[in-house]
Amino acid sequence: MAKITFIEFSGTAHEVDASNGMSVMESAVKNMVPGIDADCGGACACATCHVYVEPDWLEAVGERNEMEEDMLDFAFDVRDNSRLSCQIKVSDALDGLVVKVPEKQF
Amino acid sequence: MRAEVIKTDAVIIGGGPCGLFAIFELGLLDIKCHVIDILDRAGGQCTELYPEKPIYDIPALPIVSGQELTDRLMEQARPFDAQFHYNQMVTELEKRGDNEFVVKTDAGTELHAKIVVIAAGGGSFQPKKPPMPGIDAFEGTSVFYSVRKMDMFRGKDILIVGGGDSALDWTLNLQPLANSMTLLHRRDDFRAAPDSVNKMRELVAAGKMDLKIGQVTELKGDNGQLTGVAAKGKEGEFDVACNTMLPFFGLTMKLGPVADWGLNLNENLITVDTEKFETSVPGIFAIGDINTYPGKLKLILSGFHEAALMSQQAFRYINPGERLLFQYTTSSSSLQKKLGVA
Repeated sequence: MAKITFIEFSGTAHEVDASNGMSVMESAVKNMVPGIDADCGGACACATCHVYVEPDWLEAVGERNEMEEDMLDFAFDVRDNSRLSCQIKVSDALDGLVVKVPEKQF
Repeated sequence: MRAEVIKTDAVIIGGGPCGLFAIFELGLLDIKCHVIDILDRAGGQCTELYPEKPIYDIPALPIVSGQELTDRLMEQARPFDAQFHYNQMVTELEKRGDNEFVVKTDAGTELHAKIVVIAAGGGSFQPKKPPMPGIDAFEGTSVFYSVRKMDMFRGKDILIVGGGDSALDWTLNLQPLANSMTLLHRRDDFRAAPDSVNKMRELVAAGKMDLKIGQVTELKGDNGQLTGVAAKGKEGEFDVACNTMLPFFGLTMKLGPVADWGLNLNENLITVDTEKFETSVPGIFAIGDINTYPGKLKLILSGFHEAALMSQQAFRYINPGERLLFQYTTSSSSLQKKLGVA
């Protein structure tokens, strides 16, 4: 179990409970967090679940995988802390994770 | 020049898995089909979004890739000889008289059909428009998302943005025509075919084009005329002078013209009944991801079921008064004959 906080572009925060093994994207969709579109449903095929991981959490979250790196080419305003939330698996180690949602998934 | 009108039994809008299976189900009932798709090949999302990704929930296929599923559906539909019209979007759908629908595409194709099946999934695939501030003002004059006529780009100072096959292919194709060519990508690593990437790097080495690594932050120019862009890379900000920009950020699904056809919609999905999967206009059906009804699941297998039931009602429209005999492909010699296996 982990508590994950999504901060919308407007600054509104949403704290959700996520079970281990699910993806961060799924925890957002399940709790109807605005701004995580996840058009492809988690197949790492669309880049519409783009998030910015808060710097303190980058290490715990780990590195992008190769497929995700390719997919991020389809996102806008990609930064060093950009991740596709469908590729981050929830675990106890991510309890307290904070991610920011971009202004627009496109 | 106006092409000849095509007359047919059924027009299927969308060549994804549900549209392809509809060819089969309608075919068993001797209904001839034309299929229209905006992409350049069959398969819809299966081949466009995830050709190599495994699907695990197709009955009897424990694991199948999007491409393989499409190939198998094409093979299954082959005996029925449907005609495919690719690279076209249906722009108009109109009922004419009692028993005829007029379907027109953006490529000028006009079809007259007795029934229409909308199997358009998430809508039509259209190029993604990057949310760069003010980009709308340049669209169609300086910013283009596709290349229809290469000659339009002759003598231009072109900036291509992206790192996939479209970006690299158009870089290579337009470079000889352009006054100057710059490719801008967010990293020095490309998804595109290695051969194209090598060719691009050779052009850069020969001083025939520029490669910049970074992301666009601002568009410059006014009155629809682009003069350059500001971009940001690892080593800081830089400008690229250009009068034409082609961003290639992949495709996204848009409902598109479906919304204008006078059908009842619910949150951008077409409402249908669960007996015939017919829309609010008799004779127009909707199957697969584009429809909605109580309990709807957006699964390929649900779309297959919908195609089978839709076909029963389609038969009644096309053969009024005729009795429809329910038959199995395992035992019916007439079905087997249609399939070419008898």
